Formats: sequence, structure tokens, C-alpha cells
Amino acid sequence: MKAAPFAYVRPGTVQDVVAELARDGAKVLAGGQSLVPVLAMRLGRPSTLVDINAVPELDRLSRDNGSIRVGATVRQRRLQRDDLSASVPLLRLALPWIGHREIRSRGTVCGSIAHADPAAELPAVASCLDATMLLTSTRGQRQIAAAEFFTGALTTVIEPDELLTEVLFPVAGPGEGFGFGEFARRHGDFALAGAAVRVRTTGDALQARVTCFGISDQPVTADVTAQLRAALAEVGPSPTGSQLRRGLAERADEVAADVVDTSGDGHASTAYRRRLVAGLLAREVSRAYLTSTSASEVSAS
Amino acid sequence: MTGLARVEDAALLTGQGRFLDDLDPLPGTLVAAVVRSPHAHARIRSVDLDRARSHPGVAAVIGPDEVLATLKPFPLSVKAATPYYPTATDKTRFVGEPVAVVVASDRYVAEDAAELVDVDYEPLPAVVRTDRALQDDAPLLHDQAESNVATDRTFTFGAVDEAFASAAHVVSRSYSFPRYSSTPMECYAVVAEWRDGVDGPEVTAHANFHGPFSMAPVVAGALGLPTSSLRLIVPADIGGSFGIKSAVYPYIALMALASKHAGRPVRWTEDRLEHLVASSSGSDRLMTFEAAVDDDGVVSALRVDLVDNVGAYLRPPEPSTLYRCFGNITGAYRIDAVAIRARAVVTNKSPTGLNRGFGGQQLYFGLERLMDDIATSRGIDPADVRRRNMVTSDAFPYATPSGGIYDSGDYHRALELALDNAGYEQLRKEQRISRDNGEWMGIGLATIVDPSATNIGYVGLATPVQDRTARRGKSGSTEHVRVSVDPQGIVSVLLGSVPQGQGHATVARDVVARHLGLPVEQVRPRVEMDTATTPWTISSGSYSSRFAPLLTSALLEACDRLADTIKVAASVLLQVEPAALELADGMVRVSDDHERAVAFRHAAGLVHWDPGSLPDGCSARLYEEAAFSPPQSKAASLTDQINSSLCYGFVADVVVVRIDKQTLQVRIESVSSVHDAGTILNETLLEGQVHGAMVQALGGAMFEEMSYSDSGQPTAGTFMDYLCPTAAEACFPLTSAHQETPSPLTRLGAKGCGEGSSMSLPVAIANAVADALAPEGVQITSLPLHGNVLHQLLNATNGD
Ligand SMILES: Cc1cc2nc3c(=O)[nH]c(=O)nc-3n(C[C@H](O)[C@H](O)[C@H](O)COP(=O)(O)OP(=O)(O)OC[C@H]3O[C@@H](n4cnc5c(N)ncnc54)[C@H](O)[C@@H]3O)c2cc1C
Repeated sequence: MKAAPFAYVRPGTVQDVVAELARDGAKVLAGGQSLVPVLAMRLGRPSTLVDINAVPELDRLSRDNGSIRVGATVRQRRLQRDDLSASVPLLRLALPWIGHREIRSRGTVCGSIAHADPAAELPAVASCLDATMLLTSTRGQRQIAAAEFFTGALTTVIEPDELLTEVLFPVAGPGEGFGFGEFARRHGDFALAGAAVRVRTTGDALQARVTCFGISDQPVTADVTAQLRAALAEVGPSPTGSQLRRGLAERADEVAADVVDTSGDGHASTAYRRRLVAGLLAREVSRAYLTSTSASEVSAS
Repeated sequence: MTGLARVEDAALLTGQGRFLDDLDPLPGTLVAAVVRSPHAHARIRSVDLDRARSHPGVAAVIGPDEVLATLKPFPLSVKAATPYYPTATDKTRFVGEPVAVVVASDRYVAEDAAELVDVDYEPLPAVVRTDRALQDDAPLLHDQAESNVATDRTFTFGAVDEAFASAAHVVSRSYSFPRYSSTPMECYAVVAEWRDGVDGPEVTAHANFHGPFSMAPVVAGALGLPTSSLRLIVPADIGGSFGIKSAVYPYIALMALASKHAGRPVRWTEDRLEHLVASSSGSDRLMTFEAAVDDDGVVSALRVDLVDNVGAYLRPPEPSTLYRCFGNITGAYRIDAVAIRARAVVTNKSPTGLNRGFGGQQLYFGLERLMDDIATSRGIDPADVRRRNMVTSDAFPYATPSGGIYDSGDYHRALELALDNAGYEQLRKEQRISRDNGEWMGIGLATIVDPSATNIGYVGLATPVQDRTARRGKSGSTEHVRVSVDPQGIVSVLLGSVPQGQGHATVARDVVARHLGLPVEQVRPRVEMDTATTPWTISSGSYSSRFAPLLTSALLEACDRLADTIKVAASVLLQVEPAALELADGMVRVSDDHERAVAFRHAAGLVHWDPGSLPDGCSARLYEEAAFSPPQSKAASLTDQINSSLCYGFVADVVVVRIDKQTLQVRIESVSSVHDAGTILNETLLEGQVHGAMVQALGGAMFEEMSYSDSGQPTAGTFMDYLCPTAAEACFPLTSAHQETPSPLTRLGAKGCGEGSSMSLPVAIANAVADALAPEGVQITSLPLHGNVLHQLLNATNGD
């Protein structure tokens, strides 16, 4: 389990990083929590590792224009513990689910999104919130919305010479509530199935959106406003959590049947994943709705 | 009984442990990487080593030709046409099977060159499943064999057919037990050197091998050397094993051969990927259990049909998984008649071997599931079925039909304690309420006999009586120790017991200190196994929970003899008869006049400094070796019976589970467990063994499985898929209690205690899940049990 030979560079500026990335077979090394095992198993053989951890400007975590901006070397645990992430409640809900504390201390937010594991939490959060990805190369910069970013298992629109320099997560607005849940066989494992939910209630307007993960080759986002409306019509306008969950249960089954399309494995068949997703959807949509209504009350007062 | 803290811990916790990877015993050692088969079953058309050999930094590359030129097949435990070498020779028979070895300056270079070994494979159809391997038209693994059945024996003890013919009911069920391991933290490690000496080749090998040392002649046999030309040295620290590391031995032969070709010592350190696909595991088993039962659920006879899947080779000590529990095959029950068919099949999976509980978890999965199935079918509470069938406390020593002699026990009292601690009656009430609410809650029991201090003679049973050479039987469970006293009266204990974290040194120190009346500080255990200098024999090693019953007995024997010498020396100083003396508080004193005393160290000093003052005929000997050889461990009889262990402890487990109706996750609500391991030597260590065994059991019952695709590809080849329970999963509420019925056969009354719940808890969990899902009509016949499996079972019974 030893990596094949490779060259290693550790530039100090973004300019130098992208210059290195312009060479054939170069690969970014961020937190190394996904890349290093790949190297050790010789499943990947980059000719050069471009270590980005010595670039000060990539380590920035800031807020502007309604977004929090997360630089390429910001660790998952730093974001989890920073006050800034309180303005993006879905991140706060999701980050503790990533692996274990040790992994989060090394693993970067951008690295997880660039790596695009189909069962990873952050790509789902990015999709659910429609985050924006900022890509830099010697050819210039471009911004990509999450809906266009993920293209398949472990693949995104990032070109080999591009660096994901920042991710912009929109801060929560008034009347927004969130839910996040996942199921794994053991604590800290990649999810067999998971769901991130955002519900927006402003006056009579209602919008509910879920992004499921671990169930397809990439996060799958679905609009579940109609299902939530129908459930509310059935159980009344101010239901308890368990009432709303029951109202959502059957509808969640239908959504799950739609979104789950992996072929399944020894840990979870397609049918079992549908069952898990349905349960998570009913619970988390209900939770998100209830927090959204209390959030809109708070913001109205 | 004592809770003495472990003497081992300080060094381990401060990073001072000395594992083989920390040691550089043979200067100039090169490093090996193993080239492994990517195919489950393939004929090797050719192996080209040239490109690898010319890679810079490579010292030697060996493949099947080199293996065949120097090595003989490992001697097997049974006559079977399944020759086994440390690499594939004609065909590869499992994914991960070694094909070649590259020796280079470091592991990176060795792995680079390993990629340059060109093997031309002709893939063949694979056979993975046990039932498939039994079929006549299944792909044949070993061309010289008639079938994939490597061993097939039947045994009948007592009036089995008569009992079935007259039985009111017959309950018959088939079960399957999965393959899992114990994944020790430290993987295999070997440093080997081949040298040509005056009397022919000599091999020195350092390895984290813990026995059974019956494998030493097996390795020597493959090397074509007398056993004494193979010097095996085991580091004081081994990072866990649970039996799994016994299978490092083929690599000892392989690395010795690599060293012969490299002309330098060779180190190989197994990595986790290698470990998970190609080291060892318990065997998976298909089995049918059939009971002749009366109206009250009392069993009069059993029929047991066992088929072990041992993987690609009958690697010694297999087929021992079938026989380790032979004497206790009727478990905790008074069953006088039993018929047994014991088969092992070879398949395109990795070879199996020792794994904590060896053979017990497989056996009891069948027997204890059957007891529950008897209870259910007769409408009797599972606790009552056990009460009615268990051996009673007045029946010891109790002879089982298959030759076991249970030394002591009180199974009923232990079961009642486990049930009381669990609040069994109350639990059944809660269960009725839960069921009324549509919840899935279950209570599972297992009551098992926990064999320890194996009599390795059971291996002989795999060979039919007429083929067993007269007067060349196999038996025994001897354990050696050496104790000495220095001129300051410090007692050294040389432990060749090759522990892997159990705390042997702690217990040995305590036992010796008590027996010689010394403060523990005056006793210094040293863990060391060097077959050239440490006393050892075939049965030596750390397996089958041998330490507590056997080694402590040997210790006392050695201490008795030392005490005799010390008393003679003290008698010279005190001018009294040695018989009037006793050892206590670091002194040798007159038994009925404690004021007349000399220090132990002064008596020891006399023997060292002034042996001339000793009486005639008393040798100045302050080192003693003892070998404890219990006479009860005899070879298999002509009637094929064997007392397969010296001691038989007992475990009762009561497990409560709840199953989430949405996620189908099984949650263990509580476990109540009672162990009877005879006299308790160290409460803390015993409790540690209980916890460890339980976590291992939990792994097998709910998380871990060495699974394969139908084409023979391992599907749990990394820790991403082979899921060991972590602290988060293992923190279930546990009430653990102990009962002590001393063994009359060991000096301290201690029985082994390292395995108990690893045999009982898997089936107790299965029984609990079966109980929880009984209202759904789901049958539990296999492990592991997790959401995905339950989903399938529930949907199968719902018909969709
Ligand atoms: C035991 C364990 C458990 C884990 N559990 C989880 C889990 O439950 N959920 C989860 O989501 N993840 C989990 N992870 C993965 C972890 O979150 C990783 O940190 C993350 O996937 C990758 O981040 P990284 O910074 O470590 O990236 P690296 O490993 O350094 O890189 C990963 C890949 O992304 C590329 N890359 C990284 N950063 C950039 C960038 N800025 N621009 C372009 N390309 C880039 C690299 O070239 C590489 O291909 C686990 C990891 C381990 C070891």
C-alpha cells in the first residue's frame, strides 16, 4: 500500500498553483483525506501533487453580499466551529455528519465538493442551497452554480488545470427552515442514504426542496412543495412533528422511488435505500417546515 | 482474585511497546512485497520475472518455479489431495493468493517492481458458495482431488436412530454462519533469514506468530528441515491476534525462501489490504441440526451435519474448526445420543483458521438457534427449554457422548443469575406491551459450554480410525514455564506463552508472588519466545484460552520446586527442618514460630553464594522448568471419542434488542451475561476478555462479513466495506456477572476465559432478533443482521 512515484510541489500563491496545474497529470492536494488513500492503493497516479496548503489567500473564510465564502484550504471542522456558519444553518446541521472529528480537522470543504463522492454531505448541501463554485486557472476565472457543477460519481465540471478557489453558500433568509439527516451502518461512515432539506414559508408562499445523497451517482434535488402542501392540507396548518411526518410518509415513498437509482450493494439494496430515504424525507421535511414557520414568526416580530 | 493493574500497560500507552516493526533484529534486512492473484481461479500459463528483476533496487524476485524447486508442500492435518504451498504453483485459487515475491531496498521500490511481474493467467470458473462446492459439476479446485470435499467423516454416539424413531417430535433446521475475522490492529510481520550452516540450511525467523507451535514442524516440513533448524523468535509485543495471526506461518516459509534468493534477511510487513483479502478468518459453515424432542421440549438425541467452507486450501490446522468443539458438541445439554457428519469443502475464497471462539460460534449458532426453534415450535419459553435440558450441577464430572468430560459447573444457577440480572420476567411483560403497540422488541438467550485448554489431539479425528497409525496418536495440552531466582531474591518468570495483549505477565507475576509469599515487585515476568532457548512443545502457544488453566498450573509446579530449595537454604540459616518452614511476606519462617525467620533473598543468596553449605544431595538450583501435562488430554479413542478440551466453562447471555420500523436498524438495548471460568485470577482482565469477546461477537452478528461476489472477488476488501464495530456501536448497557465453580483439574481451579461470549453472543443476538420479528413470520437462519438484511427478509415474507 505505497504510492507510485510522484513529484511534489508546494507553491505559495494561487498564480503558482494554477501554473503547476496547467502541466499534464498534476493534481491538487488539499486535506488529503480522500486523495492519499487513493494514492496509497495506486488507484490514482498523478505525476505531480500540487499542495495548496501554503497559499495564505486560500485559507480565508468570510461573509459578503449574502454569502459566506469558504476558501480552498478551510477545514471542515473550522467551518463547523466558526460563528459565520451559524448564518447557514444547513451547514451546521450537516458538517458533524462528515466522518469523524479527526477527518474533519484535515479535510477541506472545497476538497469534499471537488471530490464529489456521491455519498458526501457537502455536495448535497451545496446543491440544496444552490451554492456557487469559483474556479480559477491560467485561463481565468469562472463561477458555476451547483446545479451545473456535479456531473457524476466523483466527477464535476472542474477541468484538470482548474482550482476550486472558493465556495459561496447563501446565508439563510427569513422564513427558511432546514433539515438534515442521514443513515449509515456505523457512526461516522459515509451515508447509505441522506437528505438535506430547505423549506421557505413567507406568508402563504411555500417552497420545499430536498437534496438526497448516497442514492445516485450525484446529489439529486427535488422540489417537494406539492407534497408538503398536500400533507399540510391533510393534517391541518399547525401540525405537530409526528402528525406532519405521518402526513408526509406516503408521499415520501413516491419521492424516494423517483430519486433513488443506485443499483445497490451489500450494505443497502435499491429498495432498502428507498425505504431509508422515505423515512429521512418525512422526518426532515417536517422538521424544516416547523423551523421555517417558527423562523418566519421570529423574523416577523 | 485480584484487580491488579496490568504491568504491560505503561509501556504500551507511552509508545514503548516493541512490536516487530519497531525492531531491527537482523542488520542489513531487505524489504519484500508480495505479488498476488487478481483472479479467484486461474491457471498460471507463465510467470515472467525478468522485468521486475532488472528494476533498480531489486535484490531478488521469486515465483512458483523457485517455490517448487526448494519447498515441499506444507504437511496437512489430513490426507487430502489439496497440496498447499505458500504461493500458487499451477493455479491460483483465491483473490490475493501470493504468486511471487519481490525483495528490494524498501517497500516503495518493491511495490514498483511488483507491478513489473508479468503473470499470464487463464481465468477459470470459480466456486464460492458452499452448497455449490458440494455439487458434482462444480468447478474443481484441486485437479488431483475427486471433488471439492476435502474431508468427510460421520460419527454416531449412542442410540440416535432409536431416539428419533420414538421421539414425539422432530425439529430440524438449516442454518448458515458467515465468515468473519478479528482484524487485529497489527497485521502480519516476518523477518526471515536463510543461512547455510555446517549441518545444512538454517532459518531464523522473527514473526508475530503465537502458535499453535505445531505449525513449527509444519513450516520446517515445507522447508525440508528438521524443526530445530528453524529458529522462531516472537517479539514480546504482538498487536492483537485473536487467533488470526496463527496463519502468518506460510509467510515464514515464503520469506525464508526469499532470503535464500536475496542472500540477505528479508522483512515483510503485511498491509491492511493484504490482510483483509488473504490472511485468515473463521470458516463459514452450512449446517443442519435435527433434534428428537418430547412434549416438554426435552431433547433425547441430535443429528448434526456440518459443512465448513475452508477456502482454497485445507491449510493446517484446518479442518480443526470442525473438531475443536467435538467433545462439547451437545453444548450445555444432557443429550446422550448424537450423530455427526463433519465435512469441509474447498472454494475459491481465502483459507480459514483460528478465530477467537474457534468453532464455537459456528456450533452454537446452530445449537442455540435450534433450542429456540424447539421452544417456539413447542410453545415453551426459551429459558424453560434450557432449564429442562441443561446438565444438572450434581452430574459433574459429566461425560458427553462424543467424549468430552465436563470438569465442573452449575449451569442452572448461572442461567438464573443472568435472567435475574436481565429482569427477564419484567422484560417479557414489556415485550407484550411493545408488541401490542406494534413495536419490534426481542429477547434472546444463549447458554453455552466454553471449552478451554484444547487437547490438540482432536485433529486426529479428521482421519478415520483405520488410517490412524497405531501408537502415533496425537494428544496433549502441555504448557511450559521457567522460573528462576537471582542472588538478590528477585524471581524471574520466563513466559513463552506469546501473549498478544491478554496480560499474561500481570497474572503470572501475581500468581508467583502469592505462591512464594513475595511482594509483587519482587517478581519480574519476561515475555520471550525463542524456540532455540525457551522451553516449548507442539501444543505451546496462545490459543484456546490456555493461559489461565495451563500456564498457571505449570507456574505453581515450578514455584513448588523453587520453594523447596529456598526452604532447604533457609533451614541451614535457621537450623530447623525444611518441612517446618513456610514462605510469607518476603520471608521464610517457621510455621509455628513466625519470629524465627530469614528473608527470602537471604535464602536465595545462600544458594548462589554458598552452595557448599547446603546439605548433601541438595543441588544448588534456583531455576526450575515445569511442564504441566494434564493426563485427561488423551488422543482420540478407537471409538472416535475425544475429550477435546481440558476445561469446560459456561456462559449465559441474555440480549434485548429493539428494531426501528423505519430504518430496520437493530439496537441492542441491554445485555446480561454470566461467565463461569472457574476460579477468577484477575477480575479486571477477565472483564476485559468479556468485553472484547462481546465486541467481536457484535461484529460478526451485525457488522462484519468477509463477503465475496459469485465470481470470487472479495467485496469487503477495505475497512470501508468490512465494518468493525467502533466504540459508538459497542456501548450497549451491559450487566456482567461471574460465578466460580473451580476446575478440579487445574492447580488454581481456573479455566480459560478468553473466548466465551464470542461464541455465545452472536447467536444470542440472532435469537433476540428472531424473537422481535416472530410476529412477522420472519425466520433468522444466518448472520450478520442489519437493516439491509432485515429489509430483504421482511419483504420476502410479505411476498414483494
Ligand atoms: C475515514 C474517513 C471517513 C470519511 N467520511 C466522510 C463522510 O462521512 N462524508 C464525507 O463527505 N467525506 C468523508 N470523508 C472524506 C473527507 O471529507 C475528505 O476530506 C474530502 O472528501 C476531501 O477533502 P480533502 O481536503 O481531504 O481533499 P483531498 O483528499 O486532498 O482531495 C480530494 C480530491 O479533490 C481534489 N481537490 C481537493 N481540493 C481541490 C480544489 N480546491 N480544487 C480542485 N480540486 C481539489 C483533489 O485533487 C483530489 O482529487 C472521509 C474520509 C476518511 C478518511
